[in-house]
Amino acid sequence: MNFPHYKQEVLALTLRWIRRLSREKFSMLFTLIQPMLFWLIFFGSLFQRTADIEVLQAPNYMSFLAGGVVVMTVLNNGLAGGVDLLFDKENGFLERMMSTPIHRTSIILSRYLFVMTITGMQILVILGIAFLFGVHPVTGLLGIAVILVIGMLFGIGLTAISLAMAFSVKSHGDFFSMLGFLSLPMIFLSSALVPLSAMPGWMQALAFLNPMTWVIDAVRPLIITGWEAAIPQVAIALVILAIFDAICLYGGAKAFEKAIG
Amino acid sequence: MNPAIEVKNLGKTYGSVTAIDDLSLTINPGEIFGLLGPNGAGKSTTLRILITVLKPTSGTATVLGHDVVEEPDTVRSLIGYVPQERAIDRFLTGREHLQLLGDLYHLPKAQATQRIQELLKLVDLEEHADRTAKTYSGGMKRKLDIACGLLPNPKIVFLDEPTLGLDVHSRLRIWDHIRQLRKQGITIVMTTNYLEEADQLCDRLAIIDQGKIKVIGTPKELKAGLGGDSLSLTVKESQLDKLDRLSEGVKTLSFVRNIRTIDNGLDIRVESPEKSLPAVLEVANRIDCQVDGIEYHRPRLDDVFVSFTGHALKGEYPDPVEE
Ligand SMILES: Nc1ncnc2c1ncn2[C@@H]1O[C@H](COP(=O)(O)OP(=O)(O)OP(=O)(O)O)[C@@H](O)[C@H]1O
Ligand SMILES: [Mg+2]
Repeated sequence: MNFPHYKQEVLALTLRWIRRLSREKFSMLFTLIQPMLFWLIFFGSLFQRTADIEVLQAPNYMSFLAGGVVVMTVLNNGLAGGVDLLFDKENGFLERMMSTPIHRTSIILSRYLFVMTITGMQILVILGIAFLFGVHPVTGLLGIAVILVIGMLFGIGLTAISLAMAFSVKSHGDFFSMLGFLSLPMIFLSSALVPLSAMPGWMQALAFLNPMTWVIDAVRPLIITGWEAAIPQVAIALVILAIFDAICLYGGAKAFEKAIG
Repeated sequence: MNPAIEVKNLGKTYGSVTAIDDLSLTINPGEIFGLLGPNGAGKSTTLRILITVLKPTSGTATVLGHDVVEEPDTVRSLIGYVPQERAIDRFLTGREHLQLLGDLYHLPKAQATQRIQELLKLVDLEEHADRTAKTYSGGMKRKLDIACGLLPNPKIVFLDEPTLGLDVHSRLRIWDHIRQLRKQGITIVMTTNYLEEADQLCDRLAIIDQGKIKVIGTPKELKAGLGGDSLSLTVKESQLDKLDRLSEGVKTLSFVRNIRTIDNGLDIRVESPEKSLPAVLEVANRIDCQVDGIEYHRPRLDDVFVSFTGHALKGEYPDPVEE
């Protein structure tokens, strides 16, 4: 592999994703000021009165929700990460790119660079807004850095799932139905909106198997409890994410190979 | 002379659909080679295999001596491709498309900038280069597509239906560009389902139908192979019963090579139209058969197509589509 060539390709492809986003004004607005914020602000305020502080183990519902909303943002971004390539596949742009002498992985890498950057920015926006509403992460800037790392690691696997779907579906209708089919249960069967202890037994069992739960349970103490509680949770989450990413990347690579060769 | 492209027993199936079947052909350096065939004949499939984005199910193909399956990277660096569908990103400007491709072909920046300027001029898009492609007409998108294919200064250019949907003026311009490219020594492989295009532009062509090559040759050879000029004669409906006798009579004429009965008349292949026209009419007079019309034409590619595939190619130029 010729490194200067690889760099030239990846930068050019990444620039294209950025250009596309900046030309789609509405999409940019909704990407950067995500609907997720509404979850945080409206849901946070709405359920403040009904939420039981004892059950939440948090000073208020919004501070409980902040971690969940951060991870939901990662989920949405990751699962939508393949959409642009899906359109490229459908309109022949992917074929055009594949007929040039680029390294097969540079398209994927450019997509990752782009999705991860956007995700990181969104996490910061959400934490910033939460800050304005009085949610001050107790572990400080270092804690925020750890949240970013965990978020990115989760995003890697999710983007791989999305890319695998984009390369293997027959039509974009299929893609979007699968997206809905995946993302809602991942959110509701996790500790994003309520703690596991408040769930009926069968839901708890399912949420337990959901990697999203483990990610949220690592992010949340970084915001509301402190290092002591957070460190073991972060350690568990890192192990689970390593396994999760390995499986997703393997599946993604297979799907890519099958579609592109 | 080494061939530019060598295809041997190439096959591609999609599940139970056979897209191309046992295709063999050789393309010489510096020629314009056309694949002529109706929709679904397998033209794009053949091209996709040659540009390495599709793997054949059987057979081999080499481009400038490099196997498309074994050495795809080498092949990709030697060719340019203009796909059939307009592979355009609506959110990028024309210039940005070319810049992106410049980087994908690893051109140094200065060289790319100069080349982009040349190409924008060539396809007449200079004025529109900095507008996003969603504001382009169909023809403008097509021209951008072609510029993208030429950007890497390739040894071989693959054009999939280059003039589909263009107006007459643009089509002639594109034909000019293609001839220009040949002058520079570039080999051109193109597909078309327009007979006129194949006839006027291609040095050699392969007629392809249902995944198989029916015949390969220069347009001239193919037409000559049909055996002479054609005389189409139609009779009034009331005279149809006399057609057999007319056919018998015409057959005895010395310069007639071949006769086919068509719907309401005869299709006669003749050596010399000057002599045959009066002689045929005389036969008709003798048996008192009233002729409705008689038409003489030099052999056309349509006739070649019909004679090799058994059906007509409905490839008339449609009205240009503007999007
Ligand atoms: N991805 C695919 N899956 C299944 N069948 C396909 C696929 N691509 C092409 N085919 C089939 O292969 C055959 C040849 O298609 P191809 O696109 O090569 O035709 P073509 O000669 O380019 O036609 P056109 O003039 O319409 O572009 C057709 O029957 C088509 O339906
Ligand atoms: Mg085609």
